[in-house]
Amino acid sequence: MTVALLNIDWQTLADATGLGGIYALMAVGIGLVFGVLRLVNFAYGQLIMAGAYALAFASERGWPVSIGIVLCFAVVLTLSLLMDRLVFRPLRGQTPAVMLVTTFAVAFLLQSIALLWFGPLGKIASSLATLNQPVTISGVDIRKIAIVATAVAAFCLLVLVLLLERTRVGLHMRAAAMDFSTAELLGVRAGRVISAAVLVSGVLAAIVAVMLTVQNPLVTPDFALRDTILVLAGVVLGGMNRLVSATLGGFAIGFASGLLGGALPTNQSQYLPSFLFAAVILVLLVRPGGLFTREGQQAVERV
Amino acid sequence: MSVPLLVVEDLEVRHGAVTAVHDLSLEVDRGEIVGLIGPNGAGKSSTLHAIMGAVRASAGDVRVRGESVVGKRPEAVARKGVALVPEGRRIFADLTVDENLKLGLAGRRTRDGSDDDLARVYDLFPAVEESLRRKAGTLSGGQQQQLAIARALVADPEVLLLDEPSLGLAPRMVDVVFETLAAIRDRGLAVLLVEQRAQRTVALADRSHVLANGQQRLTLGPESAGDTAALVSAYMA
Repeated sequence: MTVALLNIDWQTLADATGLGGIYALMAVGIGLVFGVLRLVNFAYGQLIMAGAYALAFASERGWPVSIGIVLCFAVVLTLSLLMDRLVFRPLRGQTPAVMLVTTFAVAFLLQSIALLWFGPLGKIASSLATLNQPVTISGVDIRKIAIVATAVAAFCLLVLVLLLERTRVGLHMRAAAMDFSTAELLGVRAGRVISAAVLVSGVLAAIVAVMLTVQNPLVTPDFALRDTILVLAGVVLGGMNRLVSATLGGFAIGFASGLLGGALPTNQSQYLPSFLFAAVILVLLVRPGGLFTREGQQAVERV
Repeated sequence: MSVPLLVVEDLEVRHGAVTAVHDLSLEVDRGEIVGLIGPNGAGKSSTLHAIMGAVRASAGDVRVRGESVVGKRPEAVARKGVALVPEGRRIFADLTVDENLKLGLAGRRTRDGSDDDLARVYDLFPAVEESLRRKAGTLSGGQQQQLAIARALVADPEVLLLDEPSLGLAPRMVDVVFETLAAIRDRGLAVLLVEQRAQRTVALADRSHVLANGQQRLTLGPESAGDTAALVSAYMA
């Protein structure tokens, strides 16, 4: 069943959609924190890495999947809140350069800790490996994880939209992302808004950790690093200043990555990142404000 | 003897090496409008921001109901019953009018009675109630100013600070804003009004303090509204 000229079949399409969904969730996780703190959290991938190690830890001891997932959430959320208290809050109001360099440092710190504790060879998180098996839908084999990832991403995004649009804390988060100082003047509690953004971002990192370990059960200190770099490129590609455009950018880069990964002959797949980043550079040359921002508003509007 | 609702005492505000406000003292009680007028850069906005806690007071005291609020964050000062209508309105253009008002509720001390307060605000600003579903950015300048005042009022404040609410408005809307301020005073709020329109402010306010270069020059009562010479000399001093 071939869809197009390239080597793209339904299975590749499904995988690409799943990866797009996972990357969209990462984009939201990065975008939410950027919205309220104006801080690009480069260490987001290391949160996911920590969650993956938690899953591997549980998996190697033969603990049930549910325990592994609970452990993963506990580790990622604890680490998120620690990062917030020890790094984000003290950095509030600093220049973007200072914040970026600091989150770089945190990223490398966490990676080094993982290297010291778990060694360079990696651990196996295989509890959910069965999700890699295919199901057959009208004659087409599709990996279960592609369906699960797509469904989970769609569900998470729906819940997120409801949270942002229908709840008080969601309204406060949106207002803070637009103009934090005015929101504070109105009595919006800065601390709560930041904690909420960091927590939601952490929940998403944990969910992403679960799904990425299915795709790639070998957990090493650089787990999710490549994905994070791609997502950051996607977020910039889509338009960092609005959550919707950032999310679309994340999805787009994940989808493109999955599609190209399936379409390129195996011996050329190492060129995949080059293709993607070339595309990102091209798009940004034409639309510096991002692909999914509204015309004329790119430079001025914040979120 | 009851203390006035808002007391500012020997307030000093610095921006780096520049002293924006120097030794400013004023009081506003319930049912009063106090004007703060003076040329650009006189320290009027800095005074409001210092009361709100958005900039640090380097010396002096600000008390609400006798309790010092110096060093508190704006969100905390808001919850003490102080609301600011900021310069340039600062409404959230991408949010609906309704959402802007709901943000105003964040500053309430209690959530009880918020529906009553919303109803009273709609009374005062029918134009706001008519456009609840619209994006605030699509409102006219005058409507946006009304929304900004409405947003401050739904917090049920006792002290209302306004930073140049008539700025950039058509003459008819300026009238509406000044009439509204009189109505707000009659409800028993303490109003501190920063304005460029000196004469109208002096005429409306119970007292008006003239500021220049961060210093308090003169205090005028409403009877001086026609006395242009006094105003001019205060500005030139």
